Amino acid sequence: MKRRTLFALTTAAAIALGAPLAAQETLKIGAVGPKTGPLAGGAAVTFWPNVQLWANDVNAGGGIDVGGTKYMVEIIEYDDQTNPGETIKAVQRLATQDEADFILAPYGTGLNIASAPIFERYGYPMVTHTAISDQIEDLSGKFPNMYFLLGGATGLAGGVVDVLNQMRDAGEIGNTVAMVNVADAFGIELAEVARPQFAEAGFEIVYDTSYPLGTQDLSPVINGAKDSNPDAFVAWSYPPDTFALTEQAQIAGLAPKAFYTAVATAFPAYAGRFGAAAEGVLGAGGVFADGEAFKEYAARHEEVTGAKPDFWASAPAYASFQILQQAIEGAGTLDKAAVAEYIGANSFETVIGTVDWDENNSNAEYWTVGQWQGGVFKGVASTGREGAVPAVPKSGWE
Amino acid sequence: MDILFTGLLLGGTYALIAMGLNLQYGMARIMNLANGEFLVAGGFAAFWFFTAAGVSPLLTVFVVAPLAFAANWLIYVVFLRPLVRRAKSHGQLEVDAILTTFGLAFVLVGLKLAFFGGDYFSYSYLARPVTFIGETYALNRVVAFVAAVIICGGLWLWLNTTRAGISIRAIAVAPDSARLVGINVTRLSALAFALGGAVTAVGGALVSTFLTLDASTGVLFTLKALIIVIMGGVGDVRGTIVAALMLGILETFVATVFDPGLTLAAAYLLFVLILLFRPQGLFGRRQA
Repeated sequence: MKRRTLFALTTAAAIALGAPLAAQETLKIGAVGPKTGPLAGGAAVTFWPNVQLWANDVNAGGGIDVGGTKYMVEIIEYDDQTNPGETIKAVQRLATQDEADFILAPYGTGLNIASAPIFERYGYPMVTHTAISDQIEDLSGKFPNMYFLLGGATGLAGGVVDVLNQMRDAGEIGNTVAMVNVADAFGIELAEVARPQFAEAGFEIVYDTSYPLGTQDLSPVINGAKDSNPDAFVAWSYPPDTFALTEQAQIAGLAPKAFYTAVATAFPAYAGRFGAAAEGVLGAGGVFADGEAFKEYAARHEEVTGAKPDFWASAPAYASFQILQQAIEGAGTLDKAAVAEYIGANSFETVIGTVDWDENNSNAEYWTVGQWQGGVFKGVASTGREGAVPAVPKSGWE
Repeated sequence: MDILFTGLLLGGTYALIAMGLNLQYGMARIMNLANGEFLVAGGFAAFWFFTAAGVSPLLTVFVVAPLAFAANWLIYVVFLRPLVRRAKSHGQLEVDAILTTFGLAFVLVGLKLAFFGGDYFSYSYLARPVTFIGETYALNRVVAFVAAVIICGGLWLWLNTTRAGISIRAIAVAPDSARLVGINVTRLSALAFALGGAVTAVGGALVSTFLTLDASTGVLFTLKALIIVIMGGVGDVRGTIVAALMLGILETFVATVFDPGLTLAAAYLLFVLILLFRPQGLFGRRQA
């Protein structure tokens, strides 16, 4: 019963975005990601609109040029329900039954790692856009066709430590940090890599706790952090708790000069909800918000999908599709192995700038910290991207 | 003191989440796994009215309640009444209802995705501090708590003083005997089910002022509601209220005194203890 219902739903999802231009040569491109389940809210902002935008851009531009023949793209979508088992099944189905020519990388760290062996088995190149892990070296060793755009956990945490360090050197904040994390893979890994980095930089962690995913009242967490009277508040949080922690901090009057929440701080909905109070909030990600490439991309994103991109993984998601496209054109063939080889051997001009691979097939230059400044979430720290602006101390919630 | 009040506020939220399911499961005898979907739908209505037209969620509930009532009435009459008719035993009805409403939950999630998209319903309403005996609380949570008191109090009064209410309680205790004394079981069961749906949707509109929902979060609320209803005793309004408040205070106590990471463990420990020592729930009756 259950299985049949699920199957009917996934099939319905699959045919929702049918072939727009069937008469010409088409490439079947698979897209797997959450439309339901815990990560659906994030995917609805970051992943699915970019799939739509990219397909639109490719087809409006006449298609992908493969050795002189133009191919339109047809997207086949599957909902994986934020369930790794379903991600694997969907990728398998795309490879065997739908005979997809290429498959876009799924959404989220866990779902990417879960499906990497299946991409590998069927030989599909996998350019991930939303996988953050410190196992990149291990993963790229096992799965040579797997590439990473968004960076690693150490870099992400290191960016926060660097920003706080600069603020401390400028005399804007003191030495104490309250750190909380969601008790889920992302939050636990980030908290673990952040602890030694804070200690090494001479910060004192005065409050350190975790809370379960889906906690309905975070006021004890914020009250605990407030009682420790920190100079900086850092939360390795997921979307619903990023909103809840911010709101509770406003209510409890926890207003340190540096206030950081992780995933979803870069979402347009964050500024939409908190308005002027969001000013000065630090968060995971960031973009070169004043750069022409991002501005042009954001305008197109809004025009085609009706929604604004986020200020972190949206552009890398689009860039990962661009890389696949450029690699198919560059290799001049639909042979998956040749395309994968081309990806590894070249650098790419994308919406996030030039992408070069390091020895672990990872984009070496990525944004780590951003800050809401004047209604825009601007990158304030990165591992080498240009366009970072200095972080400013937050002055209360008014 | 701070723990007590924060816990009470959280307990009020839990009562809002669970009260509708108690009506549906306890009174109408339908284990409705799609209950949380109506909570999310109510939350979405509040979000939509607030962001599109600036209508306060406290007013939206007056639109949400009749709509949810009508929708749940229809669901009961079309999908569930045939199950009630053909069920030979309570156990069979339970299994059939679970399967049907499980499927219904998927359909509702699909519909919500199609109409609203998968994005978060995130808005800020009454996110202001109120000070009470030297401690600050969120105004939106206080408002939701007051609403929970009104709804639960109203339900309790209705179930204990009106003819329809007392009849519904009679159905909850003994559906077969209720029929014998001239109670229209079919009609009143539909009423209880529809009312449960309306209460859930109103609860959703209220909790959406401080919780961030999206189209597929419904199942989380169904599960929480189920735990509270079973702890309190199926079919008893007082039980649900007491269980919700206990859970709220316990979670806040553990989070404040020990560690926020232990709240889930503490909640389930309480659940297990209650099931061990009072398997029928705090206020439940032993099955005859």
